[in-house]
Amino acid sequence: MYSEGFPILSLITYLPLLGVLLILLIDKENIGTIRMVALLIAVLNFIISLPLFFLHDVSTHHFQFVEMLNWIPALGVSYYFGIDGISMLMVILTTFLTPLAIWSSFSAITERVKGYMISFLLLETGMLGVFVSLDLVLFFIFWEAMLFPMYFIIGIWGGPRRIYATVKFVLFTMAGSALMLVAILFLYFLNYYYTGVYTFNLQELGNFPIAPNIQLWLFAAFALAFAIKVPMFPFHTWLPDAHVEAPTAGSVILAAVLLKMGTYGFLRFCLPLFPHAVYEFMPAISILAIIGIIYGAMVAMVQKDVKSLVAYSSVSHLGFVMLGIFALNVQGLEGGILQMINHGISTGALFLLVGMLYERRHTRLIADFGGLSKVVPVFAVAFMIITLSSIGLPGTNGFVGEFLILLGTFKTNATYAVLAATGVILAAIYMLWMFQRVMFGEVTKEENKKLTDLNLREKLILLPLILLVFYIGFYPKPLLVRMEASVEHLLDTVNKKYRVESIEQNNQDKKITIAEIVNPEKNEGTHDE
Amino acid sequence: MNVQIDLSLLYPHLFLLIWALLIFAIDFFMTEDNRPSLGYLSIVGLIITAILSFASDKGTTFWGAFRADTFSLSFNIIFIGSAILTIASAIDFVKDRLKHHGEFYGLILLSTLGMMFLASSSDLLSLYVSLELATIALFVLVAFMKRDLKSTESGLKYLILGAASSAILVYGISLLYGLTGTLTFAGIAEQLNTSFMGGPLFILSIILIIAGLSFKLAAVPFHMWCPDVYEGAPTPVTAYLSVASKAAGLAAMIRIFFEGLHSSAAEWIPLILTISALAMVLGNVVAVRQHNIKRLLAYSSIAQIGYILVAFIAVSELATTSMILYMIVYMFANIGAFIVVITFYNRSGSDEIIAYAGLSKRSPFLAISMVIFLLSLVGIPPMAGFVGKFYLFAAAIQKGYYWIVVLGVLTSVISLYYYMMVAYQMYFKSGDDNSRIKVNPTLAVAILIALAGTLFIGVYPEPVLSAISGASVTLF
Repeated sequence: MYSEGFPILSLITYLPLLGVLLILLIDKENIGTIRMVALLIAVLNFIISLPLFFLHDVSTHHFQFVEMLNWIPALGVSYYFGIDGISMLMVILTTFLTPLAIWSSFSAITERVKGYMISFLLLETGMLGVFVSLDLVLFFIFWEAMLFPMYFIIGIWGGPRRIYATVKFVLFTMAGSALMLVAILFLYFLNYYYTGVYTFNLQELGNFPIAPNIQLWLFAAFALAFAIKVPMFPFHTWLPDAHVEAPTAGSVILAAVLLKMGTYGFLRFCLPLFPHAVYEFMPAISILAIIGIIYGAMVAMVQKDVKSLVAYSSVSHLGFVMLGIFALNVQGLEGGILQMINHGISTGALFLLVGMLYERRHTRLIADFGGLSKVVPVFAVAFMIITLSSIGLPGTNGFVGEFLILLGTFKTNATYAVLAATGVILAAIYMLWMFQRVMFGEVTKEENKKLTDLNLREKLILLPLILLVFYIGFYPKPLLVRMEASVEHLLDTVNKKYRVESIEQNNQDKKITIAEIVNPEKNEGTHDE
Repeated sequence: MNVQIDLSLLYPHLFLLIWALLIFAIDFFMTEDNRPSLGYLSIVGLIITAILSFASDKGTTFWGAFRADTFSLSFNIIFIGSAILTIASAIDFVKDRLKHHGEFYGLILLSTLGMMFLASSSDLLSLYVSLELATIALFVLVAFMKRDLKSTESGLKYLILGAASSAILVYGISLLYGLTGTLTFAGIAEQLNTSFMGGPLFILSIILIIAGLSFKLAAVPFHMWCPDVYEGAPTPVTAYLSVASKAAGLAAMIRIFFEGLHSSAAEWIPLILTISALAMVLGNVVAVRQHNIKRLLAYSSIAQIGYILVAFIAVSELATTSMILYMIVYMFANIGAFIVVITFYNRSGSDEIIAYAGLSKRSPFLAISMVIFLLSLVGIPPMAGFVGKFYLFAAAIQKGYYWIVVLGVLTSVISLYYYMMVAYQMYFKSGDDNSRIKVNPTLAVAILIALAGTLFIGVYPEPVLSAISGASVTLF
């Protein structure tokens, strides 16, 4: 469908920018047109991105739809786009959820619509750029660039404590990624030292053994940036604030896509670049993940606000993803990646549902509801399905992901798996308990009797999500097949390099210090710039 | 030694000198209504000077005291660019508040001329003289609002401290001359490489030179004058001061230290390292508490010098390139931010950050421009500031100075906080006055140029990089 060399990834990434330009030309009073343009661009982007899924070559782990241009030749920065089975799924997830999120804000956002839609489309460009970039500088640029649209989305259209939440969100993320920038530069000169090539190209960077003691530092710098984004316990404190204060669509995108950038970062950068450190840090990260799973679930249980309950459930779910990734076997990784998609769908849908409820009642407190299943039956059914998917009931998408993760973890360390499994039980408790208090029983509040059920737009927004819940639940194979080659290759890389490094480490008589590697000239006492 | 005087190398300078004098002269023959056109006339003169700079040859003349090379050309463009943006932003301001058009524009041109000589100077004497030419014009400009108490106070402060720092600089220069017996940078470098061994007096001369020039850069601990002078000076002068004057100081530093003293780098690197670390920490931390936008930008500019000096300690080709690149990036972002401040002040008469509340509704264009300039100063991609900082930090890491870079990126996070507080007022708050602000065409064009520079270099830095890449070759 797309001929060889057609820059499809660039098209998908920058199409939202075109939307921004179009919207800039529209008068800000003309809200209807602005909304339609934003939605149409987002839908169009989804349609253009679909062939990536169907044309994906499952037989190879190589990057596909590659675009490669020199960008800053003096430094060896390239404009390098490409996707494999892992990032392809993330791209589709992003282009799939953005139009739904935009559509859902038609009724929720009535003020400063122009700025809102511009921010949202800018955000989409940033997110897609993160997933398709294979050059470290390019990746970093998109990684930081998407921060500011989100800053405005939470800060302008958010809830009462939005300023606090958005400043916290931005500062946390920036603090994390600041050190990553230093690590990127360090890696770059290290690579030059070993190979004599100045490059930020991810595939060329990894081709030399980094001394294990240096790997630990570099891994830590990258991991901090990603761990804050995921967020892993104990870096999660920005998340509940940001989620609760963000407007519905902001929460949806935040949960469904932004958090995945953290886990994706681990997969794309930390694992292949620093295999030794990965093994070194594996127990620590697994334990933090388990703490996150249990802690997130426990805190979710006592929340009075539905939205913060969902927010804390995210901490728990992302713990599962991290556990799966750091099981370092095929099942664990595949489960982790699948769970990234699943969490996007289920939690995205949960935030949408909570938002719909909020628009009707202007409250999210569990205590303000009760007996809603009698008043709004269609809403109740949708809510039920998504709740079960979030718990991971067999037949829904959540089950497949969590099952694979636990399977993978069990193979590595049975204790971890047992501990993590309690998270599944806790999830059932807090989700069902919440569901029961909101949906069942008598309608105690007068206001709740007059609630209207979902309208056509809302049904159409939820329908694709619900279909996917069952589709992935019953037949996850199309997704798993597409990620398989990439996952296996990733594990191969990690293990092969790990072994090579271990051998070299043993043979090494003297340990290289960081200063020697960074500044070879200094030791030779010459000055030859 | 080269005995002939090759005046063709000096055409841009001579032209600018004549033009500046003409501006002073024409002023007499104009009616008050026509005088604002002197501003446009000055811009035309600067553009012609820029073209002449590009066209004129490269080489050395005046017995090695004057040198035109890619390095001086790059800095000339920064000085001229700053002057053009400043004058464009000043035309309304001068008309409404300053009067004395001819003197104002003429002095800016003269100061620019001094800086251009400075970037080309290749011995200590011509360096000192051109530095004075640049600075004395600035003393007058800072105190230009002569009926305004703050402006005169800051003018006096700047004059006294400036004179003191010049004295310190001369003291250092004379010591260095006494020790090496030569004034030219090349001669000093040769002395250091062959016979001269250093010693306490040599260290003292270096310390004095660094102290004298750090004053011009407003680097910690020689920054005390900076916030007061920035606040008191007429805002266009502040804009000019914050970029061109810093660039001039930096050019002088690079000339002296990279060209003359680089073989004794081990002696002065610790000093610069300390100054850089102090500037980044103090500038950023104190900026958090500011409520006047000009003072905020003053402290942020102190921090910016800290970032630039991070690359300075690398003493390499990459360091020179990165500092020039950053200066260009900083010029667009910082003067851009000041133009927004001027536009806003012309309308509201206030520089308080609280007064910016609701600006996004009063003028979306001003608000989003301000956000883009501030983000560029933080170094958030895709703004040019990111590419600039990336280069600076790369230069330092290449030489193994990673802790200073870690400090740099962490203090950048602090800077994000206070810049965001400005964005917070503009976007998340609403003020009492909701009338729309109309931006007049000259100011709008100036802002658009700054925006274009900021975004273009951020997205595609290659043309600028290849233009300045030759700048450092001559120094090593």
